[in-house]
This record gives sequence, C-alpha cells and structure tokens, in this order.
Amino acid sequence: MEKYKKTGLIVLAGVFLLFLLQSSFAESAEQDVPKHFLVPPPPFSPGIFPCSQCHQGMPVNRKPRKLEQMHQDIVLKHMPGGWCFDCHNPDNRDKLRLANGKSVSFEESYNLCGQCHGTILREWKAGLHGKRTGMWNGEKQYRLCVHCHWPHEPRFKPIKPLPPPVRPSDIK
Amino acid sequence: MKRIKGKKRELNINRRTFLKGAAAGLAGAMLPLNKADASFWEAFFQKHFREMNDAEKKKVIQRLEREYEQKYKKEIKVGNESAIPGVLFGYGLDLSRCIGCRRCVYACVEENNQSKDPQIHWITVLRFKKGEKWVDLEESEKYYNPSQVPEPGYFYMPVQCQQCENPPCVRACPTQATWKEPDGIVVVDYNWCIGCRYCMAACPYGARRFNWTEPNRKPEEINPKTHYLGNRPRYKGVVEKCTFCIQRTRNGKYPACVEACPVGARKFGNLLDPNSEIRYAIEHKRVFRLKEDLNTNPKFYYFFAYGV
Repeated sequence: MEKYKKTGLIVLAGVFLLFLLQSSFAESAEQDVPKHFLVPPPPFSPGIFPCSQCHQGMPVNRKPRKLEQMHQDIVLKHMPGGWCFDCHNPDNRDKLRLANGKSVSFEESYNLCGQCHGTILREWKAGLHGKRTGMWNGEKQYRLCVHCHWPHEPRFKPIKPLPPPVRPSDIK
Repeated sequence: MKRIKGKKRELNINRRTFLKGAAAGLAGAMLPLNKADASFWEAFFQKHFREMNDAEKKKVIQRLEREYEQKYKKEIKVGNESAIPGVLFGYGLDLSRCIGCRRCVYACVEENNQSKDPQIHWITVLRFKKGEKWVDLEESEKYYNPSQVPEPGYFYMPVQCQQCENPPCVRACPTQATWKEPDGIVVVDYNWCIGCRYCMAACPYGARRFNWTEPNRKPEEINPKTHYLGNRPRYKGVVEKCTFCIQRTRNGKYPACVEACPVGARKFGNLLDPNSEIRYAIEHKRVFRLKEDLNTNPKFYYFFAYGV
C-alpha cells in the first residue's frame, strides 16, 4: 500500500512537471507571435511615398554606386559600406526587406532595425527605450525608431536647451 | 492704597477678567468684517482634507471652483480623484539618455499652473562634469546655458520631488498640511498650509517651492484641468511641489514631463505591477536613488540604460 502511494506521488509530480513545462512552452510560443504596437505613420518626407510612384517600371540597378539623379541628399552615415538594398526592397519598392529576404512594411520597420539592435528592440518593446505616451495603465503610443533616429544617419542631433531658471540675484 | 483696592473690587475687574475681555475684544476687532461673505467663512472653517466626507469635499471644491472662476474669469475644474487601489507610483530616469534640454521643466510649468513671475520650477536639471565626483550636488551647475545640448564632457540629472516612502517633509509639517497618499504621492493641501517652510528645510532634495508672492500667471495660460491636491491655482504663502501630475496619473495618463521628454529618458508606472516599464528598469538596469543613505526610500529611480 505504502509503495503504491509513493509511485502514485511520483507519477503525479511527473504530470505536474510536464504540465508546467507545457505551459511555459505555450507562453514562449505566444511571445513569438508578433505583437502589434501602436505607432504613428512613418515620418516620410512629403510626397516621397509610395516609392513605387517613381520607381514603378524603372529597371533595378543593384550595383552600389554614388547616386546622381535623385536622393543625393542621403549620405549613409550608418553601417559604413552599406547600400540601399540592405534595407530597401528592390522587388517591392514600397516595402523594406530583412536580411533573410522577407518583406517588411515601413510601419513595422522596428523589426528591420532589430536585426542588429536586438537588445534595443527588446527594451523598446518593454517600454524602456524610446518615448511612449498615452496611458501608463492602458494603451500606449509607441514611436518607430525612425521617428527619433533618421535611419541614414541615426545619431540623435543636439538641440537648443530651454532657458535656465532665473538666478536669485536677477529677481527684481 | 486701600481705597484703590476697594474701588477695584467694586468694578469687579481682576486680572483674569480683564485679559478675557481684552482677548475677546481683540479677536472681534481682528475679524475681517469687510470680507464677511459666506465663502470666506466656509474657507475659514474648512476641515482638514482627510477628515472631510465626500459631501464636504464636494462643497469645498464647488466653493474653490467658484472662487477661481471669479478670479480668472474662466471655468477651472478641480478634481478629487482618490488613489487607485493596488497602485504605487514609481518613476525612472535614464541618465544615459538625458540631454539636459529642459523640455520637462517647461512642460511641467504648463501643466501644473506654476507662477511665471516670480518663476517657479518644480524640476531642476543639474549638470555634472563627467569623470568627477559627481554625486556631490554642491558641485553641480543648474544655470548652464550653451547653444546646444548635450555638451561633450557633461551629463545631466533632473531632480524633482522624489516621492519618498519615508518623507522627512511630512514629519516636519506642524499642521499636517502635507502627507503621503496611498498611491505613494506626497501631496500638499494649499488651504491647510501655513507657509512656515519647515518642510522645505526638511527636504534633502530641495524639491519644494514657496510662493513668496501671489502666483502670477495669465488666465489664458491656466490649465483648467486640475486636482485639489495637485495643480489647482495656489495662494501666496503656501508651499508646492511635484505631485507626479496627480491630475493626470490618477486618470491613467503619463505625467507631463514623461510625454515632453524628446529622448524618452523618463519612465513612469506602477511599482506593484511586475509588467510595468518601471519594474523592467529596476530589474534589468543599474539603478540608484538619490541620497539613499538618508533612508528616505524615494520612489524615483535613476538608472543607466547603456554604457557607463
């Protein structure tokens, strides 16, 4: 009788453990499903999107070169040696492309940035990197990476500070 | 000698009755009879905020709204939202991101109806030289004014009310006009504050501000969405300070400084919610609190998201 009790207990423990494992797997699987983040539309220069309005029917020149007819203002100071098609999709001009060839929309460009900046993407999702507005206990407005970092030169630009407080000696 | 004594007894004025009468007379003379409208007496006999029931609070708030409308010629709503159960507010500030641009300082002024002249700021941004003994606040600079920030070789640290769990200011107040709410916000009742400024002396963070004159702000600049314990218009001679934007946060919104920060250095949330961004910062980043050794137990966490 005692023996059966013991075996029963072990089996129960096993079942319990299995259950725990399964539930944790289920959780991790859930995390793989891309979560939707509320973001404002990407900050395109006016009139530039959709890209296909010009690029439609243009032959694709995949050769890295200095641009001379259009987009000369874009000097890539991000990823030295990089080239447009590292991120832009030559087969569908209105999309971006990941390193694995998958298309990704401009609205979800954070997945593209996250290929290299994985830790930042993780912190952005958790709300630690970047600015969020809205409700601390409800819906939060995220911003895309490109709202603060111009992707072709991502370093944050210095800005003018607002005036310092009045010194006590200057109070009239 | 004997005659005078006898006369005194006839009039029946001994020292005690004289003093009583004099006190009553003085008190009567001091009553501002020219202000004898109902509103004045209601304010005079207003109870302590935490001793009032809902009906009494409602009445007080109606009176205040009436007074503000007369004074500023516009409708100002005075809210009275109480703390949300299961919430303890916490704040995070990423020192590795802050660029010292003071956007938060002025967003706070716009939101919280501080006086413009004389100027009252609830947030002070301190500048420190990198690589030096920087926790020494005496060595910091708050009047820095370069053409652009961040300046190379410096970093910035905004300081505001740290919303201590063990607030020295609350213990210093002789009238209990300041106290800690259940959601952790330390508040001031401007109708109960006598302006002794003991709390300002007790605060190790220099977070409290005093209205030396009547607060001066144009009526069109007044933010009409207020809270009794927060950004409602203040009086001359009362102390004020950061309330984590109580009028916003108790309605689920982020504080104004969080939303103003252009680099996203400011984080806010519920310390009791393990999924909040403030908990994420505390659990994953190098975190410290200002003057931890004073055992004030602030709910304002400075952290470094990257680098050193």
